[in-house]
Amino acid sequence: MTDIKKKEREPLVQISKRTDMPKWQAWLIRGGAVIAALFIGAVVAAILVDGQSFGLFFKNIFEGVFGTERRIWNLLQNGAVMLIIALALAPAFRMRFWNIGAEGQVLMGGLACVVCIKYFGDKVNEPVLLLIMAAMSIAFGAAWAVIPAIFKAQWNTNETLFTLMMNYIAMQLVSYCICIWVPNGSGVLGRLPYGHFPTLGGYNYLLNVLIAVIGVVVLFIYMRFSKHGYELAVVGESTNTAKYVGINVKKVIIRTMILSGVLCGVAGLVLVAGTNHSLSVDAVGGRGFTAILVAWLGKFNPLIMVGTSLLYVFIDQGTAYTAVAFQMSDSFADIITGIFFFLVIACEFFVNYRVRFRFLKSRKKDGSPAAPETESAEEGEESLPAAETEEEEALPVAEAATAATNEEVTA
Amino acid sequence: MKKKLLALVLVLALVVSLAVALAACDPKDEGGTGETTISFSPIEKSKIKFGLICLHGEESTYDKNFIDAARQAVAALGLDVNTQLVIKTNIPEDAACYEAAADLVDQGCNVIFADSFGHESYILQAAKEFPNVRFAHATGTTAHIELQGNFYNAFASVYQARYLAGVAAGMKLAEMYGNGDGKAVSAENAKIGYVGAFPYAEVVSGYTSFFLGVRSIVPAATMEVRYTNSWYDADAEENTAKALIDSGCKLISQHADSMGAPLACKDAHIPNVTYNVATTDSNVQGGGSEYNETYIAGSKVNWEPYFEYLLTCAINGVTAVGFDYCGDLENGSAMTLELGKAAAAGTAEKLAAVKAELIAGTRQVFDCSTFTVGGKALTSYLADVDTDANNTPDTQVIITENGITYFAESVYRSAPYFDVRIDGITEIKE
Repeated sequence: MTDIKKKEREPLVQISKRTDMPKWQAWLIRGGAVIAALFIGAVVAAILVDGQSFGLFFKNIFEGVFGTERRIWNLLQNGAVMLIIALALAPAFRMRFWNIGAEGQVLMGGLACVVCIKYFGDKVNEPVLLLIMAAMSIAFGAAWAVIPAIFKAQWNTNETLFTLMMNYIAMQLVSYCICIWVPNGSGVLGRLPYGHFPTLGGYNYLLNVLIAVIGVVVLFIYMRFSKHGYELAVVGESTNTAKYVGINVKKVIIRTMILSGVLCGVAGLVLVAGTNHSLSVDAVGGRGFTAILVAWLGKFNPLIMVGTSLLYVFIDQGTAYTAVAFQMSDSFADIITGIFFFLVIACEFFVNYRVRFRFLKSRKKDGSPAAPETESAEEGEESLPAAETEEEEALPVAEAATAATNEEVTA
Repeated sequence: MKKKLLALVLVLALVVSLAVALAACDPKDEGGTGETTISFSPIEKSKIKFGLICLHGEESTYDKNFIDAARQAVAALGLDVNTQLVIKTNIPEDAACYEAAADLVDQGCNVIFADSFGHESYILQAAKEFPNVRFAHATGTTAHIELQGNFYNAFASVYQARYLAGVAAGMKLAEMYGNGDGKAVSAENAKIGYVGAFPYAEVVSGYTSFFLGVRSIVPAATMEVRYTNSWYDADAEENTAKALIDSGCKLISQHADSMGAPLACKDAHIPNVTYNVATTDSNVQGGGSEYNETYIAGSKVNWEPYFEYLLTCAINGVTAVGFDYCGDLENGSAMTLELGKAAAAGTAEKLAAVKAELIAGTRQVFDCSTFTVGGKALTSYLADVDTDANNTPDTQVIITENGITYFAESVYRSAPYFDVRIDGITEIKE
């Protein structure tokens, strides 16, 4: 207590921007966040259920995802759909085109598939039908994405609102079509007999997974090595720079959104032909929005997004199974999922900012009161060599805290 | 050069994957509608495992009804509720349902039940893949056509229970507005409202039977029906109930699964007839004594008798379970809920008397002399009993028995097929 009085002008926590963290350290922090989230989840389980649940939590969450071959395939299958949607969003977001219309674009891709099944299902043979379905779903998905893109390019409309509203139109279209196709009014289309992806080597979902893998490779090459990929990144950084170096911004916006829509259409195809063999208004089930999180966490890098989409499905599937095993309601799964993402997202803060606690510093100095805030005192604490040369800019929040109380600063 | 190579690799990858995919296309194994005979052998009680697949969780009154019944049935047979019953909640009506069923099989379940209409085709898919496991499904329509030996449909004549709930509602109206005499209730005060989920037979059958129950007491009764187009949407149900109250309805009932409509009734002090749960029950999420003023009565399908029957069949190795099971008032599958404090005096006695008549067959819910369609009595009606995509009518369902000509609901198939719009009921579709 006396300590605090002496150092009134020094913040308890000081936060500064960092760009120097080595990659392995950043990944260590992220891995740590996942492990910490699992531990907190286990503690929550122990509190809500009983003491034994602490250990069972780990067992259940892994058993729920990897317990049987079928569950592993479900992980891969759901991961594949999530990944394809995330892949679709990555180029658009890299271009800073806030496409939150993936939900609708995927749904339109799915609708196209069902239209094909309904009208050609019994007329052509399966491979031809699948080809028609693929072409149509890609066309529908692309159309749903290119409309807001054209408006953005030509008249600079707000793409966030535009793509969001396109979602509702897609949903209404689907419900309208289902009303026509299902005259008894139940709104349930049921499993359609045609247009199923073939089972490769006896595995139902292998083709789904393969499509996702091809998507990753193609998109990785496109974004990393192609001229198109470079152009969209430049447009994302600054449209003025892009214009100055002679990039046709309008063209890039429209082209990138077509790509985004095409991949969403593919996701719709995978969802209808590869998984559900049916369609309903909530067939996409919010994945169009969740994929934004998945893509962002993966830093729009297709290879990392493989990991983040699998991580998402792992948590989703694992917590659902755990909730059933503990005989808890689904709110339990939601709580654990919430904790997970809170930590996984929050850890990015520690990757991007350096946080120093005053009490840690004073302990290092053998209990002697810490010197007033100076550059040298700060450097003594962290042992990163690069930190010494870096020009640190303290965050305004930290400064505000100086004058105010000794409460922890939360960003 | 690099670019060309890249493009070449990409094109090659696509072509190869496409070729592999198409080459692997196998002939269809779907749509097989032929009788599949499957014989079952008895299973030791300790090896029985019952899997329940629910569309929503316990917060939905519809799913809670199944979950409670499953626990009761398992306990009644002396099985362990913790290890011999696995409940999967929030399973959507898509491939996730098939995966949930298959996962239950992997966990060792030998009896699996799914509770929602849209689960049916996925449960059938699982039934074909796992012929040694029994699959049953609520409100489904295809088991009696598919004749897949391990796939059954089940429902109950809940329209009779709704009719009884309607009688209780009629008595409440008569007490409130007619000095106990239903005939004295003015047309204005005899308007009631109904919150429906979807405009199809299950709901139409439900509200019509409820309405006919009301009208058996209050002849001047009319009803307005509005749909939410969802089985579970608390906000939509509350708003729809409010809209009905605003349009002058003096009593509300519902066929949708949340506490939305009861809540709207409570706030507006309008009597309410529920489905599945008595809102005064404090065990119900959101329920409790604050509903004493508005809760009159309710009806539900009690799944306990069927679950017990199904599990007993599995234990004893019974093969002929019946493709289509229809529980009734007599065995308690269709039942009315405990009457609320707000119910009119003498309701319990009246319900007991009417129930006895319904069981004896001396009173029919869809008695053709009690309603008209387009101003005329119904003398003939073909219903789509053998469900098909185009809803083709195939079965004459108007029959005469004990001198009563009536629409025989849930006789040719357990799932409701009464989809006639009768006079006195106004459907409002937006």
